[in-house]
Amino acid sequence: MRFKVISVSGILIVLAIWSFVTYGGLVGNLFLPTPTAVVLEARKQIAEGVFFTDIWVSFYRILIGFLLATLFALPIGVMMGTSKTWKAFWEPLVGFVRYMPVVAFIPLSILWFGTSDMQKFFIIFFGVFFQQVIMIADNCKTVKKSVLEVGLTLGLNRFEVIKDIVVKAAMPNIWDTMRTVWGWAWTYLVVAELVAATSGLGFRIMQAQRYLSTETIILGILTIGMLGLITDIIFGLLAKCMFPWNEKEKINN
Amino acid sequence: MNEHLLTAVKINKVFENKQRHFTALKDIGLNIGNHEFVSLLGPSGCGKSTFLRLVAGLDKATSGTMKMNGQTIEKPGRNRGVVFQQYSLLPWLLAWQNVAFALKKEKDMSNTEKKDLAYHFLDLVGLKGFEEIYPSQMSGGMQQRVAIARALVIKPPLLLMDEPFGALDAQTRRDMQDLLVSIFKETRSSVLFVTHDVDEAVYLSDRVYVMSANPGRIAKQIDIHLSDEKDWSIQLSEPFINYKKEILMELKRQKDDMRPSE
Repeated sequence: MRFKVISVSGILIVLAIWSFVTYGGLVGNLFLPTPTAVVLEARKQIAEGVFFTDIWVSFYRILIGFLLATLFALPIGVMMGTSKTWKAFWEPLVGFVRYMPVVAFIPLSILWFGTSDMQKFFIIFFGVFFQQVIMIADNCKTVKKSVLEVGLTLGLNRFEVIKDIVVKAAMPNIWDTMRTVWGWAWTYLVVAELVAATSGLGFRIMQAQRYLSTETIILGILTIGMLGLITDIIFGLLAKCMFPWNEKEKINN
Repeated sequence: MNEHLLTAVKINKVFENKQRHFTALKDIGLNIGNHEFVSLLGPSGCGKSTFLRLVAGLDKATSGTMKMNGQTIEKPGRNRGVVFQQYSLLPWLLAWQNVAFALKKEKDMSNTEKKDLAYHFLDLVGLKGFEEIYPSQMSGGMQQRVAIARALVIKPPLLLMDEPFGALDAQTRRDMQDLLVSIFKETRSSVLFVTHDVDEAVYLSDRVYVMSANPGRIAKQIDIHLSDEKDWSIQLSEPFINYKKEILMELKRQKDDMRPSE
């Protein structure tokens, strides 16, 4: 409870400073709108029906892009983390592509996919996949050798050891990786939408720039922040449900 | 003399890389019979755990032959159960599931049968009532009991134990030793037990191999004849103390030999 109060107070302080500089007239409304202006903008967007549509469009893109990336990254990451041969095959490739800035691929992605959802999936996939592979491989490497050997001594073959022991033991850490990378996926989505989109939160922000409608920009940014916070909390709650064994306290007998 | 369950002849193990060449085991030869409790005793670095890993099939010897029931050991197998020093339970499984995990390969056994068997073996190691908790909720002693139950549930003719009580406090350790004595009266499987604790080795074993380091080899073999009705008080008896003296003298001799001659 105490920590919840502390958490909320951090947000309240920022809000207070924002109110102070805007209502106090220290900063012009064009540069930074008042909280009231942002709330009014939100009401307007909700009334027009664009607010939730934008959220849904952006969320849908990120979800699909992220799931596609995870679908491929999980087996490849596990392969890399458990086999020297596969590591030798994937590592140079992944390491090489990983350092290419995703943003630099946006012009090319538009050429290939236009401004369709495919283009967003591509950018998110590209930004997320290679990081996921490397991090999942690392997650698998942290599994204790003795636990693997238990599997071997019980007569499990290599594949069964990986499937029934390595992946399960690494899963809480892999889940944390997902949680971290999900945050990055938001960045890539907004970048993609800023440049080439006809809908979505990034598009709304971009469009607002043309009319110097800063309250729309601030609203968009805050919305993304809120969505990030909500999904982060969901990730945390799901982890508690999926890995109850991580949290239990000792019983003394 | 009963037939040998495990025979090791002239086992050598050399670890090699670019910088160095290290002989971990030199010409190790030993036998383990049916229903025999055999200990490997020695200072750390004498290769006793290395030898156990060879028997388990987790590593390969550089040379020599190692046979179990006449068959050469090439990889891990279910005729050898292993208990590691670090309990190595699977943290996402409940106590009974950890034990039942060992039965994963038993295709013609139903899940209920597996669960019943797991419960039975947890009872055997004194964990009745603790079947439905996670390893993170257990003390070190409890975790090691589960690990022992897991090794026993596949009913291996040979159980390999690598300093299983090394991480436990003195009292828990004594309890676990007595637990082992009572379990083996029941299961009658053979044991290869690795330890650096002299009392433990003498108390539990039918035979103790004292090893020495650099290179790891068997320095002395001591057959132990103590009463079959073991209880803790035996550790104060004269024969027990004599065995202990014999082993300690041997370990001291090794230490003196190691001292630089200058």
